[in-house]
Amino acid sequence: MSTLYALEHVTVRYGARTVLSIDHLEIQAGEFLAVVGPSGAGKSTLLRLLCFLERPTTGTVRYDGRTWPDGAPLDVRREVTLVFQRPLLLDGTVEQNVAYGLRLRGEPADERVAATLELLGLSHLARARARTLSGGELQRVALGRALVLRPRVLLLDEPTANLDPHNVALIEEAIVALHREHGATVVIVTHNLHQARRLAPRTAVLLDGHLVEDGPTDVLLEGRGTDPRTRAFVSGEMVY
Amino acid sequence: MDDILGGLVGALRLLLSGDPDIWSIVLLTLRVSGIALLISAVIGVPIGAWLAFRSFPGHRFVTTLIYTGMGMPPVVAGLAVYLLLSRSGPLGMLGWLFTPRAMVTAQVLISLPLVIGLTTSAVEGVVPELRLQLKALGATERQIVQAILWEARAGMLVALVAGFGSIISEVGAVMLVGGNIERSTRVLTTAVVLETRKGAFDQALALGVILVALTFFLNALALRLRGYLAHARG
Amino acid sequence: MLRRWLVVFLVVLLAACGSSNGAESTAGQAQTTAEPTAGQTETAAEATPGQAEATPQQLGGRLRLATTTSTEDSGLLDAILPDFEQRYGATVDVIAVGTGQALKLGENGDADVVLVHARAQEDAFVEAGYGLYRRDVMQNDFIIVGPPDDPAGVREAADAADAFTRIAEAEALFVSRGDESGTHTRERQIWEKAGITPDPASGWYQSLGQGMGETLITANEQQAYTLADRGTYLSMRDRLPDLTIVFGGETVAENPDPSLSNPYGVIPVNPERHDGIRADLAEAFVEWITSPEVQEMIANFGQDEYGQPLFYPLATPEGQS
Repeated sequence: MSTLYALEHVTVRYGARTVLSIDHLEIQAGEFLAVVGPSGAGKSTLLRLLCFLERPTTGTVRYDGRTWPDGAPLDVRREVTLVFQRPLLLDGTVEQNVAYGLRLRGEPADERVAATLELLGLSHLARARARTLSGGELQRVALGRALVLRPRVLLLDEPTANLDPHNVALIEEAIVALHREHGATVVIVTHNLHQARRLAPRTAVLLDGHLVEDGPTDVLLEGRGTDPRTRAFVSGEMVY
Repeated sequence: MDDILGGLVGALRLLLSGDPDIWSIVLLTLRVSGIALLISAVIGVPIGAWLAFRSFPGHRFVTTLIYTGMGMPPVVAGLAVYLLLSRSGPLGMLGWLFTPRAMVTAQVLISLPLVIGLTTSAVEGVVPELRLQLKALGATERQIVQAILWEARAGMLVALVAGFGSIISEVGAVMLVGGNIERSTRVLTTAVVLETRKGAFDQALALGVILVALTFFLNALALRLRGYLAHARG
Repeated sequence: MLRRWLVVFLVVLLAACGSSNGAESTAGQAQTTAEPTAGQTETAAEATPGQAEATPQQLGGRLRLATTTSTEDSGLLDAILPDFEQRYGATVDVIAVGTGQALKLGENGDADVVLVHARAQEDAFVEAGYGLYRRDVMQNDFIIVGPPDDPAGVREAADAADAFTRIAEAEALFVSRGDESGTHTRERQIWEKAGITPDPASGWYQSLGQGMGETLITANEQQAYTLADRGTYLSMRDRLPDLTIVFGGETVAENPDPSLSNPYGVIPVNPERHDGIRADLAEAFVEWITSPEVQEMIANFGQDEYGQPLFYPLATPEGQS
């Protein structure tokens, strides 16, 4: 496996506040990485960095061995997509929303959209208007519009928070399918340690904006992490 | 009561009689306000959207100006246009005074702040986080702007409806710059004033009923358009 | 479907745009075809224009006539103007506003000729060089109208000033146009002659700032006295059941007080002061309205409808008053 992302001495600061500080992190192409940590730990910021939506205050983010100090070009940016924690859909039908990214790229949409809707159990809602959807349906549509692009990198920010088990399962299956069938690199931010264990062989732990530790998921989440903070986080000693 | 009933019956009779004067007044009303709205829309919507997207020094000043314009008495706009277009004024050589062009000018001045202000409001109403999410889906700046404008389409339509409402029912400015000249600058509102002044209340009411009916019909059309836009492909 | 209707609507709008805008081109350029005289009232029909000896030139274009609302509302202009339009092949744009505004339009060059009834202001207008000269056209008179039971005893008044004095002493309701119009100016002059300065805060004297029609309606509603021009009153009589003439007689001839006479003057605007004044049409208009034929039309106007003429011709051959 080759290194897709390499973060070196990266910090993100808003004024005096340091929101993210990562000394060294590598993400391999085709990896499935979970990022865990309490709220406000900087996980979303990390995803935004990886999606080229934000630039680090210091340090470098290398993608495919390259950096672009003035911002990544469009074709590179379009290889990565991010499913937000609170997804916002456009005022249109489910179909239109899922097709949106493809239409941006000028690619034919109809067949792929139909297939994705099928995968996510949304076919019966194809013509439904976005504002009439339930929470779970909305989340699935948001995922759908990302999956349909078959991106090289799929970033997910708490994709199943507050959803019922049925929806959780559906969504996890779809993500895994993309990973398996298309070799996408997946980075999933999750609160749910069980989910991390289910889906990701490797996990990174973020506490207070700092990358504390990263390693094999079962090792870390069974309390065998090297850093005492990881153990405190996993054991429940740390309040969050 | 007689007057009211008389007015309703009179309105129908006026319209159905095919009286050329009435029809010329109605058509002129539509023409002047229609063209004014078109011009306002073409100028105002882009400016309004631009104000929502861009910030620059003096942005707040411009916004205050627009809000003031929205509340300005239309007859003041009329006075300003008269002073501009009068033969003793700076643009007197155009010869627009007492022609429909002057009326269109005044109505553009009146409706423009509304169209701009409400368009800005509509675009600002689109959740700002949407921009980032669209970018994450691979949208270019241009495509983001397009998407946001499309999201704001219902609000923009309201801006146009409000702009239209402000001019179709306006009387002071068009009286001033148009002169209420029979057959050439007489519109429904100024005709109502004329008839009222003469004490011909039933006639005035009939004209008023026509005006209200016209506005109602056009607003119904606008609502239809809104429904169509809501379901249209972006 | 809806798109198609919108397109149709827009096309109709723009098509209508094309037609009239062409006709309203810069003053004096287009040769307007004479307007067919539609819907003549009986009065104008009997006053058919005699054939002028010399064929008038077809001057074409538009003449802007600034006049007062009461003049327009009387219907006289609707009756006689088609004759002018036919003879000279021009269109007359009648801009009916308050006296002050009409003169202002003349001053600014936004009208080519002015027809008002406020002698002092007219003289000042010519004096200041805004107008070339003034000619008498016609006259009617003012009357005092009020409630039939006449609480102030105006019917016994000797003249207008006396009538006003009685109203002030009785503190009877009086409404004033309050708009610097010819009527209002005359009203002020009468108060002055009576030596009274009515106070709008007093309650019995109401200054409306409105036209003659609205003022009469208000007077009717409130059972108040007011000074009105006879023409407007007569044309609205049916709608004013609670008002009657308390001073001024039933016809102009019967008006006992000469201070109530209301002469109209026509003034061509000075073309030197502004570009684009149709001085030729303005001169023609003055000639026309003071010509014997038109003066007769004026004299006959209103006979059938009101049983009396609304205006008395005043133009003498020499023209100056």
